[in-house]
Amino acid sequence: MSWIQDLMKPKARLWEEFYRNRWQHDRVVRSTHGVNCTGGCSWMVYVKNGIVTWELQATDYPGLDPTAPPHEPRGCQRGITFSWYLYSPLRVKYPYIRGRLMDLWRKARSIHADPVEAWRSIVENEDDRRSYQQVRGKGGFRRVSWGEALEIIAASMIYTIKKYGPDRLIGFTPIPAMSMLSYAAGTRLFELMGGAVLSFYDWYSDFPPASPEVWGEKTDVGESADWYHSKYLVVSGSNLNMTRTPDAHFAVEARHNGSKLVVLSPDFSQVSKHADWWVPVSAGQDGAFWMAADHVILKEFYAEREVPYFTEYAKRFTDFPFLVALEKTADGYSAGRFLCAGRLARYNQVENGDWKFLVFDKNAGEPRMPQGSIGYRWQKQQGQWNLEMKDGADGSALDPVLSLLGSHDDVLMVRMQDFGTQKTFLRGVPAGYVETSEGNIPVTTVLDLLFMQFGVSRGLEGEYPSGYHQEDMPYTPAWQEARTGVGRDTVIRFAREWATTAERTQGKCMHIVGSGVNHWYHNNLHYRASITALLLCGSVGVNGGGLNHYTGQEKLIPDSSWSAIAFATDWVKPPRHQNTPSFHYVHTDQWRYESGIMGYRPGPEDKNFGHRHTIDHQVNAVRRGWLPFFPQFDKNSLSLMDEAAREGAKSDQEIVQWVVGQLKSRKLRFAVEDPDAPENWPRVWLIWRANALMSSAKGQEYFFRHYLGTHSNAIAGEQARDAVREVQWRDPAPTGKLDLVVDINFRMDTSALYSDIILPSATWYEKDDMNTTDLHSYIHPLSAAVPPCWESKTDWDIFKALAGRVSELARTHLPAPVKDVVVTPLMHDTPDEISQREVKDWSRGECEPVPGKTMSHIAVVERDYTNLYNRFISLGHAVKKDGLGMHGVRWDIGDHYEALLKSAPVNEWNGQKYLSIAEARDAANLVLYFAPETNGEMAYRGFRDAEKKVGMPLADLAERYRGVRYDFGQLVDQPRRILTSPCWTGITNDGRTYSAYCINIERLHPWRTLTGRQHLYLDHEAYIAFGEHLPTFKPKLGPESSHDLLRSAPEGKSLVLNCISPHGKWHIHSTYYDTLPMLTLSRGVGPFWLNDKDAEALGVKDNDWVEAYNDHGVVVTRAVVSARVPRGIGMFYHVAERTISFPKSGLRGKRRAGSDNSTTRIRLKPLFMIGGYAQFSYGFNYWGPPAPDRDTYVVIRKLGGKPQW
Amino acid sequence: MNIRSQVSAVFHLDKCIGCHTCSIACKNIWTGRKGTEYMWWNNVETKPGVGYPCLWEDQKKYRGGWKERNGKPELIMHNRASALANIFFNPFLPRLDDYYEPWTYRYGDLFGAAEGDDQPVARPVSAITGKEMEIEAGPNWDDDLSGSPIYAANDPNFASLNEEERKQFFALESMVFFYLPRICNHCINPGCLAACPAGAIYKRGEDGIVLVSQEKCRAWRMCITGCPYKKTYYNWSAGKSEKCIFCYPRQETGQAPACFHSCVGRIRYLGVLLYDADRIESAAGSPAGSIARKQLELILDPFDGEVIKEAKAQGIPDAVIEYAQKSPVYKFVKAWNIALPLHPEFRTLPMLFYVPSLLPVMAHAKGNLHEVGHDFFGSPDNARIPIRYFAALLSEGNEEAIRAIYRKLVAVRVYRRARTVGNIPEARVNKALDEAGTNPDEIEAIYRLTSLPSVEDRFVIPPFMREAAIEEVTDPLNKRESEGAGFTRKPKRGW
Repeated sequence: MSWIQDLMKPKARLWEEFYRNRWQHDRVVRSTHGVNCTGGCSWMVYVKNGIVTWELQATDYPGLDPTAPPHEPRGCQRGITFSWYLYSPLRVKYPYIRGRLMDLWRKARSIHADPVEAWRSIVENEDDRRSYQQVRGKGGFRRVSWGEALEIIAASMIYTIKKYGPDRLIGFTPIPAMSMLSYAAGTRLFELMGGAVLSFYDWYSDFPPASPEVWGEKTDVGESADWYHSKYLVVSGSNLNMTRTPDAHFAVEARHNGSKLVVLSPDFSQVSKHADWWVPVSAGQDGAFWMAADHVILKEFYAEREVPYFTEYAKRFTDFPFLVALEKTADGYSAGRFLCAGRLARYNQVENGDWKFLVFDKNAGEPRMPQGSIGYRWQKQQGQWNLEMKDGADGSALDPVLSLLGSHDDVLMVRMQDFGTQKTFLRGVPAGYVETSEGNIPVTTVLDLLFMQFGVSRGLEGEYPSGYHQEDMPYTPAWQEARTGVGRDTVIRFAREWATTAERTQGKCMHIVGSGVNHWYHNNLHYRASITALLLCGSVGVNGGGLNHYTGQEKLIPDSSWSAIAFATDWVKPPRHQNTPSFHYVHTDQWRYESGIMGYRPGPEDKNFGHRHTIDHQVNAVRRGWLPFFPQFDKNSLSLMDEAAREGAKSDQEIVQWVVGQLKSRKLRFAVEDPDAPENWPRVWLIWRANALMSSAKGQEYFFRHYLGTHSNAIAGEQARDAVREVQWRDPAPTGKLDLVVDINFRMDTSALYSDIILPSATWYEKDDMNTTDLHSYIHPLSAAVPPCWESKTDWDIFKALAGRVSELARTHLPAPVKDVVVTPLMHDTPDEISQREVKDWSRGECEPVPGKTMSHIAVVERDYTNLYNRFISLGHAVKKDGLGMHGVRWDIGDHYEALLKSAPVNEWNGQKYLSIAEARDAANLVLYFAPETNGEMAYRGFRDAEKKVGMPLADLAERYRGVRYDFGQLVDQPRRILTSPCWTGITNDGRTYSAYCINIERLHPWRTLTGRQHLYLDHEAYIAFGEHLPTFKPKLGPESSHDLLRSAPEGKSLVLNCISPHGKWHIHSTYYDTLPMLTLSRGVGPFWLNDKDAEALGVKDNDWVEAYNDHGVVVTRAVVSARVPRGIGMFYHVAERTISFPKSGLRGKRRAGSDNSTTRIRLKPLFMIGGYAQFSYGFNYWGPPAPDRDTYVVIRKLGGKPQW
Repeated sequence: MNIRSQVSAVFHLDKCIGCHTCSIACKNIWTGRKGTEYMWWNNVETKPGVGYPCLWEDQKKYRGGWKERNGKPELIMHNRASALANIFFNPFLPRLDDYYEPWTYRYGDLFGAAEGDDQPVARPVSAITGKEMEIEAGPNWDDDLSGSPIYAANDPNFASLNEEERKQFFALESMVFFYLPRICNHCINPGCLAACPAGAIYKRGEDGIVLVSQEKCRAWRMCITGCPYKKTYYNWSAGKSEKCIFCYPRQETGQAPACFHSCVGRIRYLGVLLYDADRIESAAGSPAGSIARKQLELILDPFDGEVIKEAKAQGIPDAVIEYAQKSPVYKFVKAWNIALPLHPEFRTLPMLFYVPSLLPVMAHAKGNLHEVGHDFFGSPDNARIPIRYFAALLSEGNEEAIRAIYRKLVAVRVYRRARTVGNIPEARVNKALDEAGTNPDEIEAIYRLTSLPSVEDRFVIPPFMREAAIEEVTDPLNKRESEGAGFTRKPKRGW
C-alpha cells in the first residue's frame, strides 16, 4: 500500500466532462493580427456555436533549412488576447456620429435636397462649424445608419473636391503589410479621387535614414531565423523579448550554439536577461560606443595588420576605395565631393560622367572608373551596372587601393570636427594629385578619410590621439566614457571580439537594432557608427551578419502587384503620396512653436542649408522637387485647368508649361508657403487601421488644437514668427482646420472618441486579407472565422460602398471626366536620381524651373468621378500595357491578364472587360498572381529584366521556381514561403534563411546608391554642411535645446526627466492596451517607470499617482518604482489610450490629462529633406525626415491629493 | 516496485522570455469565467520577486506543504489527527489582497457619455462588487522588477542574504532578473490532495494529473493551504476549488497543454516519467538536504530491463513504456541531470523540473563607469545572481548541485563555439567538458534539444487510449453515436 493512491475508477471520474465540454469546439480557422507588431504570426481561431472563443498558434509553417530552429510557435501574449475584442464592451458595433453634427446635418438636409448643398451650408457657416468642432472628444455620440453616414462623408468629399481641390482630402492608414487589402481599399479610393495618402514609416520614426544613406534601400533586413546563424549578436534599441516576442528564441537558441549575445541598453531590459554582456550605455548615446569600437577595429584590423577577408570585401562592396576631392579652407583642407570621372581627360566623353566615380588602380598607378556607379544605371548602354572590378570605359581589370598611404604625393591637413565639444582638429591625410578639367586637385580615399575621422594616425602628423587612453580626442575608447558611462576596457574587448569573430566566420557578426536607437533625433549617426563596424568587418550580405533594424512591419513582400491596386496606378499615374512628418509638422502648426533648429544642428553655416528654421528648409525642399507636399497649390488643381484653358493651354504639355510659368511668376503659389491660409488647410480626414489621433499623433495637443479645434493641454508659446523667411506667417494661428474626421474602427479608441463619424469595421477574425513581415519569409492570410459582427463591414466593403456613394453624387456634381494637375518630387529608382549634382534654386533665379530636373514633375491626369466605383472594382488596363515593377525592375503581365479574363471574375463596363477586384479575395488572388514572390514566372521575368541592366546572370535564381504559384486558398491551408525575388536582396531558395544583400554580394548586383557600393561617405553638399558626410557623433538634445520646458516650471518636489516611450509589454502601440487581460497584467494602467532613487527624491512610492508635464501637455498616471530604470530617465511605454483610467490634471485647467504623445512635439532634421541625388531621392516611406520623439523632457512630481475624474 | 507513469514537464528557464503568453492561453480557455478571474493556473513570476499570491514561498506565513516527522511526511498545516478539529477554521489562507481584487472598466461610458465639457474616460470597477475601485494589486504586480524596493527586495529566497548583499543585488553592475513560469506541479505527494477533507482531489492513475472533482468539492479550501505552491484556487462564484488540469482534454486528444503549445520561448518540454510509488513516503520524509536526490532516485530508468519487465507485469501499456523512453523530460532530469524541482523542501515531490537560467556576467563599477567582466561567456561564479539564490529555489540550498548544472550548460556553449567559430583551443574545450563531467555526444544531444527542437521533439505525449479508459462505463460505439447530444447546464452552485 503506497502513500498516495492514484485513481483509475472511471465512474468516479465522470465529472471530468466538466472541462472536456469547455474544450470542445466546432471550427478552427486560420487568421492573424493586422497590428503593427512585425510578428506576422499564424493563428488558429476557435469557434464554438458561432462564437469565437479563443485562439492558439498554428504550428505548420513550411520548414527552413534544418540547421536553424523552426519558427513554431509564433504569437505572443498580446495576440492571444485578441478574441477579447470581438464581443467586448469596446467593440464598435454600429456607425456613430457626433450628436451636434447629426442635428446640424438633419436640419440642413431638411432644407437642402442635395447632400452636397447641405454639407456646404454647414461648413460655410463658421458658427455651425465651430460648434461641433469644439465638442470633439467630449461625448455625445449617437447611432446613425450606414446610409446616412456614407452620404455625409461622400457629400463632404464632393464639396471639398469642388471647392478646394481633391488634394485637401487626406487618407491615413499605416503599415499595409499587416493587412494589405484593408490598407489598399482606402488608398485606392483616395488615389482615384485625387486625395493625398499619408506615409507612416517615416512618421513613426521607424524608418532609419541610415538605410537609404548607406544602401539606397528603405530597409532590408534578415528574417529572425537568420539570427541563429550569427556568432556575435549585438542587440541595442530593440528589446527582443518585448517587441520581437515570437522571434526572441532564435537569439536565445543561438547562444546555446556558441553565439555570444551583447545587449546595449540603459535599463536592465527584458532582453538583457539573455545577454552574456549587458552594457548600460547611456540613453541616446549609442553612437559613441560604436565610434570607439570602430576606432579600435580600424587600428588593429586595418592599420596594424591586414585581414584579407576584410580588405577584399571593402574593395568590392564598399565606397572605401573611391576618391574624394580635398578642398582648401582657411586653415587646411576639408573633405569635399567625390571626384567625378567626367572631369578627367581620360573619361570626359563618357555618358553621365558626373555620375561615375574613380578609384586609384594599383595596376595602372592612376585613377580608374569602375563599373556600378549610378551613371551606369541610367546610361544608354545596358549591362555595365554591376560590381565587376572593371573599368567601364575599356573593360580592363581593376585592383583598387583602399588607401593612398605609401603611394601618396602629399600629406594634407584635413579638418575634423567634434560636435560634442565643437572643437576642430587638423589631421594629416595621405593625398594624391589628379589632373582634372578644374586643375590639379588633391584627392584621397574614403578609407583614408575614415582613418582621419576616427583618429587612427598610422604615423601621420596632425592632431591625432596618442592612443586608446586619450580622453579629450574623439573617437578613442577613453573619449567615449564620458558619453556612454561605459569603461574603455569594455569597448576595446568588445571591438576585438567582434572583429575576430568576423574574421573567423567571414562576417557572421550582427547588430539587431530598433526604435530604442532610431527614435532619437540623430538616429542616422548612431546607425552609421555601427554600420561602419559591420562594413569594416565584411558583415553585410552574409547569413548571420548585417544590420537588422526592426521597427514597424514595413515589409510588404508582394509590393509590386499590390501597389498597383493600392495606389490605383492601374488607372491613374502618378499617385499623390505625402511624407507625413512634413505634412503634420506644417499643418498641425507645430512649426510655430519651434524657434529654430540651431539648438540641434551644431555645424557650420552654409548658403543653401543655413536656415535657422525647419519650415524654411521644408518650403525649399518642395520648391526644388525634393519632397512632395499637399495641398499642392493655393488654388484648386481642377479649376486651375479652366484657368489654363482660358489662357490658351490645351495640350498636357502646354498646361504643364503654363503651370511652371505661373509658379515662376508667383501667380500660383505652393500651399506649403502659406499653410495657415484657409484655402490651404486639409479638410476631410479618413482614418482607418490607425490610431492617428493617439499613437500616431506626435504633438497630440497640437493636433487637438489646430486640426480638431477642441481643447488642448499645450501651453507652449509661439516662437517662429521672427525666425522664418520662406513661409507666410499669419496671426492668429488657425484652429479647427478639419471639416470632417472619420474613423473606421472596431474599437472605441482615442481616435474614434475624437472623430465626427465612426464606422464599424470587421476585426481580423472576420475578413479575408494578407499579412507579411520582415521577421519571417512567409506570406499568410487573415480569414473570416465568423462573419463581420453586428453592423460592421470589412474595410474593403466599406470603401467600396463609399466609392459607390461618391459616384452617385458625382453624377450631379462632377458628371464628366476632368483634368487634374499632379505634382510629384524627383523619385528614387528613376533617372530623376541623377538630376541635381549641384543644389540650385529656380525661385532664387539660380536656374530655370524645369519639371523633373530642377523642380518636381508636373503631370496632367484624368479623374472620372462618375466611374469611380467601376474603376474601384476593376483592375485597370494600364497594368496590362505597362507591366509591373519595383526598384527599377519591370516585367510584362499582359499575357497573363488576358488569360485570366477567361477564368477569373470579370467586370464589363463601357464596352471593356476587366479583371474584377470587387471582392477582397479576388484582389488577394491577383496580388499573388502577379507578384514575383508568389509566382515564380514573374520572378523569372523580373530577373531577366534586371539582367539587362546589370549584365550579370540572375534569372537562374528563379528558373527552378517558374512553375510555383500560390493562391489565397493555398495560404489558408498553410502559410507559404516567399520566392527569391528581383525586388528584394535575400535568397530564400532551398530553405535558406533570408539575409539582406546576399544577391548584391553573391551576384555582384550594385546597391542603388551613388557609387553602387555601400556608402559610408555621403558627399551631398547638405551632408558636408551638416558635418555628417563621414560617420560622426552628435550628442542627444538636452533639456535646454529641446525647448520643452520654457513655460513649465518645477512645482514642489520635482525632477526633470528625459521621458522615453519604448514599446511596451502589454500592448502593440495602443492595440491590446485597452483589453482586460492586458490591463490586468499591467497594473490596470499605463504606468510611468521611475528609478527608485529618483522616486525617493520625489517622495513617490510605488503605485503613487504622478504628474509629468511640459509645455506641450501633461500626463497623470501611476508610478512604477524600479531599480532597473536608470536615473534621469522616465519610461512611459507607448501607447496608453487616453480613454482608459486617465484622471484630470490640476495643472492644465483641471482637464483630462493625456498620454505619452501629450508631451511630444516633433523636430524634423532638414538634412533628410534633400533630393534629386542618387539614393537621396524621394520615395514613399523611403526617404524624407522621420519624426523622432525621444529627445523629450518632462517635469515630474507626485500628484497632489486624490486623482480627480 | 510499484510502477506508475506520469506526464511530467521541464521548463528551461534560460529560454524563458517572460512574455506570459502561456498565462493568457490558459486563461482564455479555462479561467475567464465568473469566480475564476483571479485564478492564474499558469502564471509567470519575475525573480527576484514575491510572486503570486504575494509571498507564496513563505511557508511561515501560509503553512503549505509537508514537514518531516520520524522519517515520514506530515502536512505542516495540521497532522491528520488535528485536521478534523480545524475543519471549520483555516487561518492560513491567502486573503484577497494577497491575490488581488479582479476588476474591469466602465468601457460603456465611452459610447454612452452625454456631451460634456471634457473627454469621458473608462474608470476601473471591481469585478466582484461592480463599484469604483483603486487598483493596488494584480497577478504579476512585481513583473520585471516593478516596485523592486518593496517586492523584489523581500523575495523569500533572499533569506540567507544580509542587508548589504541584498542592496548590492540592485546595483547596476550586479542587478538581474529572470522569469519563473509556474503551473500546478502535479506532485507525486500533493499537499492539496492530502489536505482535502472531502476526498475530492485525486491523482489520475494513467497519467498522474492531479484534479479537484467539481462534484465532490465541498469548498473546505484546505487544499489551498495544503499546496505550498498556492496552485489551487477557490471559485468564489461557484463555491468550488479549481486548479490546473494539465489540459487533460487536450492531452487526451494528443495535444500539448495550451500553456505548452503557446510557449513562444519554446522553453517547455513534456513527456512521461516512470516512478516507483513504493518510495514516495520515504522520499518525501527523507532528511533535509536529500529530498531532491531521493526524488530523482524514485524516477525509474525506462531502458532498464527490470523496470520494463515489472512495468509490463503491473499493466503499464507497452506504448507508455515506449514513450517514457522517448521522453525529453527523462533526458533533462535523469540522463543529463540539468533540471531540478522547484523548492524540493516542500516535500510534495513536484513533477515539473526547471533548468536554471544563465545570466549576464557580473560587471564592476569604476567611479561612474561601468566595465563588464572579462569572461567571454558567463560562468557559474561570475553570474549576476549568486549561486546561493538558485540553490534556495531549486536544491534546498545545495550550491554544488547548481554549479554542476552551470558547468554543463557552459560546456555546451564552449564546445559549440569551438565547432562553429573555431577560436577556442581544443585543450580548453576538453577541460570544460571534463569539469562538467560530460562528453561530445551528450553535449550535442543537449544542444540539439535545447536549440533546434521541433514541436514534436518537445512534446512527446503518450497515447491516452480513451476507448479503453471509458469502456467500463460507456460502450465506445455508443459514445461515438451520442457524444454531446443533450443538454449542457451549468453545475449547481455550492453544496
